[in-house]
Amino acid sequence: MNSRVLPLYATIAIFLVAYLICYLQFPAMLSTRVIGNLLTDNAYLGLVGVGMTVVILSGGIDLSVGSVIAFAGVFIAVMLRDTGLHPLAVFALLLAVTSAFGAAMGGLIHGLAMPPFIVTLAGMFLARGASYMLTIESVPIDHAFYDVLRSYYRMPGGGRLTLIGVTMLLAVVVGIILAHRTRFGTAVFAIGGGAQTARLMGVAVGRTTVLIYAFSGFMAGLSGIVFSIYTGSGYPLATVGTELTAIATVVIGGTILTGGSGYVFGTLVGVLTMGLIQTYIVFDGSLSSWWTKIVIGVLLLLFILLQKGLLILGQRQRSKMT
Amino acid sequence: MLLTIDNLSKTFPGTVALDSVRFDLKAGEVHALLGENGAGKSTLIKCLTGVHARDSGDVRLHGEPVSPGSTLEAQELGIGTVYQEVNLLPNLTVAENLTFGRQPTRFGMVSVRRMREDAKEMLAGFGLDHVNVSRELGAYSVAVQQLIAIARAVALSGKVLILDEPTASLDARETEMLFEVVRRLRERGLGIVFISHFLDQVFDLSDRLTVLRNGKHIVTAETAGMDRLGLIHHMLGHELDKAEDRRTTRSIRNERLHFKGLGRRGKIEPFDLTVREGEVIGLAGLLGSGRTETADILFGRTPADRGEATDPDGTIDLSNPRAAIASGFGYAPEDRKTDGIIADLSIRENIALALQARRGWAKPIPRGEQRALADDYIRRLDIRTSDAEKAVGDLSGGNQQKVVLARWLAMNPRFLILDEPTRGIDVGAHAEILKLISGLTDRGMSILMISSEFDELIAASDRVIVLRDRRHVSELVGDEIETSRIIAAIAAHDAEGAAL
Repeated sequence: MNSRVLPLYATIAIFLVAYLICYLQFPAMLSTRVIGNLLTDNAYLGLVGVGMTVVILSGGIDLSVGSVIAFAGVFIAVMLRDTGLHPLAVFALLLAVTSAFGAAMGGLIHGLAMPPFIVTLAGMFLARGASYMLTIESVPIDHAFYDVLRSYYRMPGGGRLTLIGVTMLLAVVVGIILAHRTRFGTAVFAIGGGAQTARLMGVAVGRTTVLIYAFSGFMAGLSGIVFSIYTGSGYPLATVGTELTAIATVVIGGTILTGGSGYVFGTLVGVLTMGLIQTYIVFDGSLSSWWTKIVIGVLLLLFILLQKGLLILGQRQRSKMT
Repeated sequence: MLLTIDNLSKTFPGTVALDSVRFDLKAGEVHALLGENGAGKSTLIKCLTGVHARDSGDVRLHGEPVSPGSTLEAQELGIGTVYQEVNLLPNLTVAENLTFGRQPTRFGMVSVRRMREDAKEMLAGFGLDHVNVSRELGAYSVAVQQLIAIARAVALSGKVLILDEPTASLDARETEMLFEVVRRLRERGLGIVFISHFLDQVFDLSDRLTVLRNGKHIVTAETAGMDRLGLIHHMLGHELDKAEDRRTTRSIRNERLHFKGLGRRGKIEPFDLTVREGEVIGLAGLLGSGRTETADILFGRTPADRGEATDPDGTIDLSNPRAAIASGFGYAPEDRKTDGIIADLSIRENIALALQARRGWAKPIPRGEQRALADDYIRRLDIRTSDAEKAVGDLSGGNQQKVVLARWLAMNPRFLILDEPTRGIDVGAHAEILKLISGLTDRGMSILMISSEFDELIAASDRVIVLRDRRHVSELVGDEIETSRIIAAIAAHDAEGAAL
């Protein structure tokens, strides 16, 4: 069996076992209500997660996404308050801005041969600063169209399948196709496997890098839109540290942090696992929400050890095979 | 002629890498390209494949002048290269690696089924029927990866195939597998440029050969009409009947270290070595013959996977450099800049480094003591510097080498390994280093010296061990140590016939 799929299977198994434990303790957790909320509550995280997965597959990192989400929220709120533009026009404008922002970071990373960590760290401060420039307060979004965006389909059992939840699922599907079924995706894996070799094999490394970060910027923008629908406001201090949560979900999803190996679908499972822990804490009622962080920390450690173990196993296997 | 190169010159700042070199290649032949380090082989290949732009000269493919500006362009022209380090991606599947850049798509999506079919087709005739193209490349051995790389190069380019040291990390069986494929490709009419340090392989596989030396074309000849001795003379450019300085052999002293059957698969065949007190052992051999590999094994840089090391007190642990240092070993590696010195640290800090490591970091050597130590060695080794606080990176090559030596001398090792101690050092410093080595043995230190310069080995060594194809093939003692015998040993056909 392909040893690289193992982390993905492990993630899925952990999610299912965790769900089973939750169900045994609180049978109410197996309902369309909980599942619907799981999707809705974590939609914004799933969206940045997809973008982050592609970035990490290429061996990079994007620390700017948390700030970009906040910027998106503030941008939308201020534009809707101060101009007469329709929300869809504002969304289009925003996505253009965040994609261009990502593309610019990708261009710097490739053009100046700078580590993505530093470039996107600068991007993180820039985007956060830009949101403060627009406003320093929480700006409520009060637009009739937003009520349309909050529409949902009532599933049997009373669960709400919201538009933003569906958006996240669609984004995951698009991400899967993009990463695993297109030449662009192969180029991303190639760069993650070794940029120098990828160049020798004919990958347009520069163009691909720009596209990767533009995609991440786009997904962060989309995530910001979804977050603004979810919270109904724009706040410059929102989603601090979300980039790190996104990285955690990607790694828990079985993608190797050094790049070149992983699955977009795994990130979805990673996001849902994280959401599940939070839901459990809510159900329990007596646990502090900090337990989420502790469980995530333990899970992360587990997956890093698993990946290291697989790596060693793979090397042993190779030395035997001819 | 499939490919002709005429008057190709390439200059890098400070050096002429290629000086009016010529080379040609027929369809359906294997043409070996030979030369020692710095001969210009890689530069020639890089000019041919578009990595470097040539300064002047004429390259023609099928009579048409070509000048590829990148590896990709060269590939499209029909010139494919396979390097020693497999330049494919281990994290992608075999099929993805083979079809990379040309994956069959449907509606913008890669058709996995057709990609697998294409890949299987490309692998046909390479004896790789057992390879599952859906597995990732990294799951297969280097030999299989190498063959897959060749399959890709052939499918992509299909006229000229350059094999740059393809067998360097393969064992005998894998090498034969590779040669089978190369012979089949030759029959299919490809022109193949074969670069290898292994002369046996060159004679085994190639139809013609070309020797470069110091960036100049030396000879092109039919392989069948060339004898080994002549070939090595062409490569090394040595004159045989030169008077040679010899170290006066001294009384044989106590045996100090025994290495029995040390070796590592894919690096160096098991060898036995006995080291006596106050003795200089020289290691001679062509590039890639296993000299540095021997040193790495003895110092635990790449631990041996068989054999044992003992001294009169018992077994010695050589599983890592730290253990080797604890047993009184020292090692000044070939690449001084990356492995030997820490350029940004001062002379004092560099010299104190190993000593401090042995004491443990909890017990820092007082600064005054470090200073005294550094001043002492600056005086004794005549390191030319304004003071001990100067960064080592600012010193000349010879003085840097002295700092590396000083670091090990401060440890007072019983066995010191020096890999190319005089490389890149001017003539004056050269002689000084050799004198220094001689002085050390007078005090009982045993030294293993690796050098490409036979004069130097002959002048300094009590014994010379000759290596060929990763094997210790011969040992010369006393008056036997002369250039002609070393060359003869390198040239000898089989391991047994080496001692002439």
